[in-house]
Amino acid sequence: MRFVDEFRDADAARALAARIAARCEPGRRYKFMEVCGGHTHTIYKHGIEDYLPEAVTLVHGPGCPVCVIPMGRVDDAVHIARQPDVIMTSFGDMMRVPGGAATFLDAKAQGADIRMVYSPLDALKIARENPDRRVVFMAIGFETTAPSTAVTVLRAAEEGIDNFSVFCNHVLIIPAVKAILDSPDLRLDGFIGPGHVSTIIGCRPYEFIARDYRQPFVVAGFEPLDILHAVDLLLGQLAEGRGEVENQYARVVPWEGNRIAMEVIGTVMRVRPHFEWRGLGFISHSALEMAEEYAAFDAERIFDIPGTRIADPMACQCGEVLKGVLKPWECKVFGTACTPETPIGTCMVSSEGACAAYYNFGRFSRERVREATRA
Amino acid sequence: MCLGIPGELVGDVEEHTDLAMVDVSGVRRRINMGLLADDHLKPGDWVLVHVGFALSKISESEAKAVMDMLHGLGQAYTDEIDALKESDIS
Ligand code: SF4
Repeated sequence: MRFVDEFRDADAARALAARIAARCEPGRRYKFMEVCGGHTHTIYKHGIEDYLPEAVTLVHGPGCPVCVIPMGRVDDAVHIARQPDVIMTSFGDMMRVPGGAATFLDAKAQGADIRMVYSPLDALKIARENPDRRVVFMAIGFETTAPSTAVTVLRAAEEGIDNFSVFCNHVLIIPAVKAILDSPDLRLDGFIGPGHVSTIIGCRPYEFIARDYRQPFVVAGFEPLDILHAVDLLLGQLAEGRGEVENQYARVVPWEGNRIAMEVIGTVMRVRPHFEWRGLGFISHSALEMAEEYAAFDAERIFDIPGTRIADPMACQCGEVLKGVLKPWECKVFGTACTPETPIGTCMVSSEGACAAYYNFGRFSRERVREATRA
Repeated sequence: MCLGIPGELVGDVEEHTDLAMVDVSGVRRRINMGLLADDHLKPGDWVLVHVGFALSKISESEAKAVMDMLHGLGQAYTDEIDALKESDIS
């Protein structure tokens, strides 16, 4: 185990690490999944696994919204962006996500008008200022981000802005977690639950995990100590034979979530029957689309979209990484053919993706990876 | 993109647009407060900001702790602040 002196509160970290070690039953192994990419980022940035006993493994889940966008959706978005009167807007993280044919960056270099925005409200402003162009917002993200898109659409409707639409790729966290729980390749002992998604949906939606799968689920914050604390709580539940939802991040996450945010999502969007996730395939009821009432703002209805479906490249093992079956460095192309500059898979694109997090932090230099692979 | 950045309200919430001026680590931008209407925010309150929207009301000490952590993130944080600087919500 490493020294914890670099932690803001080294004493607390030391105490937690000791308690975690003491809680592990001899001979038993524990595998916890952190669902959220933000946690993955902290875990690699601070080398959290080095503070944990051998018996505890953290595996990374599907909670990076950029990582789960399938290639076909990127191609569809590029298709929209190439219409001569279109301005495509998107978060910066989307720019490098590979489609089957091109990324947004490629399409932009080839002349498509694609602009990075910080907020969907910035996209709406572009629409307001360019009445002769059709402005499309490439909406991605879990429930954390969906309310922002929904409020923006309500605003557009209110102002009567008719050249603004949303290409909706918002995904839902619960069906993804359920798909992982039902997947035969992975046996988990508990979850470190997402912090920001939970500010919106609250903690109740996770109760089925405790009830039906008898697994502990601890919603956690993003500081290194939060993650250690969550591991401690998970082990505590297991030691006592409990499987419950706990909120370690109550200082930010209200147990009931955000009523207003859930209402605006419900007003503007509907659950899709199916949605394809990169690497995970089709998952029922796992994403949002624009509701009938807001069809006028739905890029999927406005544009003739090819509905491209492309299998992930053979070399890419993002699916296994997103399900926590493989560690990023176990992917055959990690760090060689696939790097943040030339990503093959999506997990290498966003800083919240497991592969990019592994790659970016010096602790996981190629040397370390080689060592780890030998061990 | 999933970062939540703490910001301090430095102006009142405008009634019709739900926007309020927020100071996010020295950058002043208008941020949408609509999702926190139940919290009746006022100047001096701290919120966690995500893609131009306040997601959650937080304490000042939590804001400081999150800020410290974000500074430690390096590039991901700088990218987010740069994006915010470009933002001009109205
Ligand atoms: S290294 Fe690249 S291709 Fe392999 S899992 Fe990671 S992102 Fe996907």
